Amino acid sequence: MALKDHDSLLAGDVSTGEELPELRHEVSATSVILGALASRDWRPMHHDRDFAQQRNGTRDIFMNTPNQAAWLERYITDWAGPRARLGRYKFRMGDSICPGDTIVFTGRVEDVAPDDTGCHWATLNIELSANDQVKTRFSARVALPADDNDNPWARRGDDWRP
Amino acid sequence: MPKKSSTATRWYSLEFFIELLKPVSAADDFTIGLDQALSWLDQERHAVTGEFDVERGYFFTTCASVQNGNPIYWDDAAIADITGGPTAPLTMLSAWFRPHYWMPGRETIPLPWETHFELKDTLALPEAVATDSEVAFGAPIRPGDRVSCVETLRSLSEVKTTKLGRGRFWVIDCVCRNQDGEWVGTETMTAFGYRKG
Repeated sequence: MALKDHDSLLAGDVSTGEELPELRHEVSATSVILGALASRDWRPMHHDRDFAQQRNGTRDIFMNTPNQAAWLERYITDWAGPRARLGRYKFRMGDSICPGDTIVFTGRVEDVAPDDTGCHWATLNIELSANDQVKTRFSARVALPADDNDNPWARRGDDWRP
Repeated sequence: MPKKSSTATRWYSLEFFIELLKPVSAADDFTIGLDQALSWLDQERHAVTGEFDVERGYFFTTCASVQNGNPIYWDDAAIADITGGPTAPLTMLSAWFRPHYWMPGRETIPLPWETHFELKDTLALPEAVATDSEVAFGAPIRPGDRVSCVETLRSLSEVKTTKLGRGRFWVIDCVCRNQDGEWVGTETMTAFGYRKG
């Protein structure tokens, strides 16, 4: 299902087995470095190619973990809209992502169900690939509004159980 | 025809008994530091408070790095309507307690996941890989917040053998709160510390 402007998906719009739209993007050195600095990760393998190649044995500088997570967050809310609120994610990283790689996000809805507080959760399985190889596997739990008057961002304390 | 004994007799070489008398080598001793490491279970350790207040400029840099146009980070009307004021991109959680590259008078930089490195040293497991990571998000983080975190060792496994080597798995939580003590998130790392071979 596609969104317009500031619309958000409602829990009832989503069904188990639904595929999320694919997201493709060519990674640049600038975006890798921007992401590292925005997450206060000053380690040289994320901005110094010589260091990355000689000390880490990688092809180039590579995307840091928080930046991969920031891509994940974007991927989920591009699909679900701004009222969707990420509650939790797990991940397992494989190989590095370097400038020049075209990253591809794909995902699938594994489950949609309310919890005891009435918060509706979608469980997603997401893969981040580059060069025809899965680099990172994520699972994520995102709260979706039940209706037009519901806003998961308003939940606090015991009403928020990610 | 030789008479068959009613009880099986096993013969051991002299080398076998010599081997038994040898002390256990460090390479085979997985009890090194174990009591100390076990004493850390469920104890809060290495509390760190961010050196800076949460700043909105970092939000925009993060969003720019991944071209995230979510209106809750850019559009004042959406911000007021949905999140009740500016909030940090959720996945920036760890940024708020990371030290800056340099500060006057600071001689050492605290490492994130200090418990992880202490376990490696204490248990004499020179190699380690993070096998799984998980992050849960609580109350939104807003400009002006000051985030603190504290580490807790949640579990330490028996000795396991994997294709990487022999060692132990451990799970560490890093629980984060804002200046009011409100829970804002928890990062959990599962790692395998091991000796090669």
